[in-house]
Amino acid sequence: MLEKFTLIRGRAVPLRGEDIDTDRIIPARFMKALTFEGLGQYLFYDERFDERGNPKPHPLNDPRYQGASLLLVESGFGSGSSREHAPQAIKRAGFKAIIGESFAEIFFGNATAIGLPCVSLAKEDLERLFQAVEKDPTLEIAVDLVAKEVRFADQVVPLTLREEAREALVEGLWDPIGELLQAGELLDAFDRKLPYPRRAE
Amino acid sequence: MGKTLYEKVWEAHEVRKLRNGQSQLFIDLHLLHEVTSPQAFGMLKDLGLRVRYPHRTFATVDHIVPTHDRTEPFADPLAQSMLEALRKNTLEHGITFFDLGSGNQGIVHVIGPQLGLTQPGMTIACGDSHTSTHGAFGAVAFGIGTSQVRDVLATQTIAAQKLKVRRINVEGRLAPGVYAKDVILHIIRHLGVKGGLGYAYEYGGSAVEAMDMESRMTLCNMSIEGGARVGYVNPDETTFRYLEGRPYSPKGAEWEEAKRRWLSFASDPDAPYDDVVTFQAEEIAPTVTWGITPGQAIPIDGRIPLLEELSPEERPVAEEALAYMGFRPGQPIKGVPVQVAFIGSCTNARLSDLREVARYLRGHRVKRGVRALVVPGSEWVAKKAEEEGIAEVFREAGFEWRNPGCSMCLAMNPDRLEGDELAASSSNRNYKGRMGSPRGRTVLMSPLMVAAAAVTGEIADAREVFGIGR
Ligand code: SF4
Repeated sequence: MLEKFTLIRGRAVPLRGEDIDTDRIIPARFMKALTFEGLGQYLFYDERFDERGNPKPHPLNDPRYQGASLLLVESGFGSGSSREHAPQAIKRAGFKAIIGESFAEIFFGNATAIGLPCVSLAKEDLERLFQAVEKDPTLEIAVDLVAKEVRFADQVVPLTLREEAREALVEGLWDPIGELLQAGELLDAFDRKLPYPRRAE
Repeated sequence: MGKTLYEKVWEAHEVRKLRNGQSQLFIDLHLLHEVTSPQAFGMLKDLGLRVRYPHRTFATVDHIVPTHDRTEPFADPLAQSMLEALRKNTLEHGITFFDLGSGNQGIVHVIGPQLGLTQPGMTIACGDSHTSTHGAFGAVAFGIGTSQVRDVLATQTIAAQKLKVRRINVEGRLAPGVYAKDVILHIIRHLGVKGGLGYAYEYGGSAVEAMDMESRMTLCNMSIEGGARVGYVNPDETTFRYLEGRPYSPKGAEWEEAKRRWLSFASDPDAPYDDVVTFQAEEIAPTVTWGITPGQAIPIDGRIPLLEELSPEERPVAEEALAYMGFRPGQPIKGVPVQVAFIGSCTNARLSDLREVARYLRGHRVKRGVRALVVPGSEWVAKKAEEEGIAEVFREAGFEWRNPGCSMCLAMNPDRLEGDELAASSSNRNYKGRMGSPRGRTVLMSPLMVAAAAVTGEIADAREVFGIGR
């Protein structure tokens, strides 16, 4: 049975920046591997470390945010390459959900399919949350996928998440493979019906 | 009421509705490469599943291959292991693999069309965002993540959500020295890198109709840089002429039948669109990027914007870009020194791209101190270019003529920028660190503009350098 995501609580790391692409989330050279294992340590590597491997100032290196399980981002997050390595790295670095204004299409789908909810807030609400977290890194935040809201301090703000993705997460249906397999012989019918490329003899 | 191609292809491939409201969508053609597939085969194994319809999946190796010395084992053992994993996985599951030296290896989005695998009316998926390239043929083609690669291997379907469709018209005639690359950079510059979120882009209008297939591929290729997961052009006679006689194209009686079927997918004249945008071809100049997103672009004669000219939303990324690129607001882009010139990638490494550059490059020499590389899109492109004398033109001009692969476009092989080198590049992404050095800088442009940068050692107007249309 897949995990059901109804209520996610935790502290957040505020990561400012528009249109952060997946090359930044996980630089290509760390994709030279046959599995996703260990990817978490390379999350935002080139922004967190200099060419000698010494840490640079970055929210993910900031001790005040250690142990946070929510990633706070701005708009257009996850643009560019379709690499699932990006959400995999975020998840493997210990994050349970991402809160932002908007997400790139493929990134959103990849994250949802591995059980990493990406929820959107209105710009003003998001900015207030950013400021609250920047002021108080110990702030506890609740992401409620059932009530469709995010709660922090004395605030309650509505969240948006595409209904089909929300349902999949709440019901534990986010990995669709089981349901896809159930189509069984219907698939064979489509395979017979739809042409595929064949090399002429 | 008519329907768009997107709608028709969707309907023909929708297997059923899923419980959460998504659709189960059948994928006609699945393409694999070595970076995003090994984990999927691993997942398949963990689930005890097999590849269900291996005749619908084709693989090649492109991202990690060295383009200089291809002798195996490669100097990089990780790269070697990825190639070997793909060999083993495709062999074990009966999948056709276009390996190094097969004559058909190349960048996955170059070989699909070249072999006639890519056909109108198809759904095409690949674990790679530039799968949108195949939309040039009137296919609905899109990038997927590795978990979805697993889903396609196991079921030939994915769980999908229907997109809206935006029609983008480009009307009129492109001026000499202006190419599909300039058109798409111009479109992204105006609609923004997030403009396409939730949309499929349908390109049309007289300028698009006049384009050859390889130009249409360049156009569709960068849909994803505009935020659109899918980009396509309706199939027409140009499409059919390109496909006729390709190794995997239908033959004989099947060819006529296929053309009829393909044409039936084209958008109806009265099809409704969720949005329509029109650009004038005459207004498009050779366009180059100045920043760290493909939307940060200007005409070659233009100046890098002043911060106050930008909307408040654009400013933070612009400031970040200026700092990273080392540019000043208001500075002209022309004349910026370049250290590297790269002609390659799935955007612009097809035969017509190389032919067009060679046409003007003869008699010119790469400026001293500039490292200039041509990386053809496929073994077939490389062979043709040798036969036509194009490769020789590049070599004589001082370009390094390399073996096919993705190369410096994402630098997973040994080709990369050093330090803060600036590359004039025909690729599609100017993200920070994209070309392998965390401080490396990329300026995107058409292949001919890259050649102009190579011979002058600075960002230049190819029309002036090569005396075009003046
Ligand atoms: S050439 Fe570049 S963009 Fe195209 S598939 Fe290869 S790495 Fe991706």
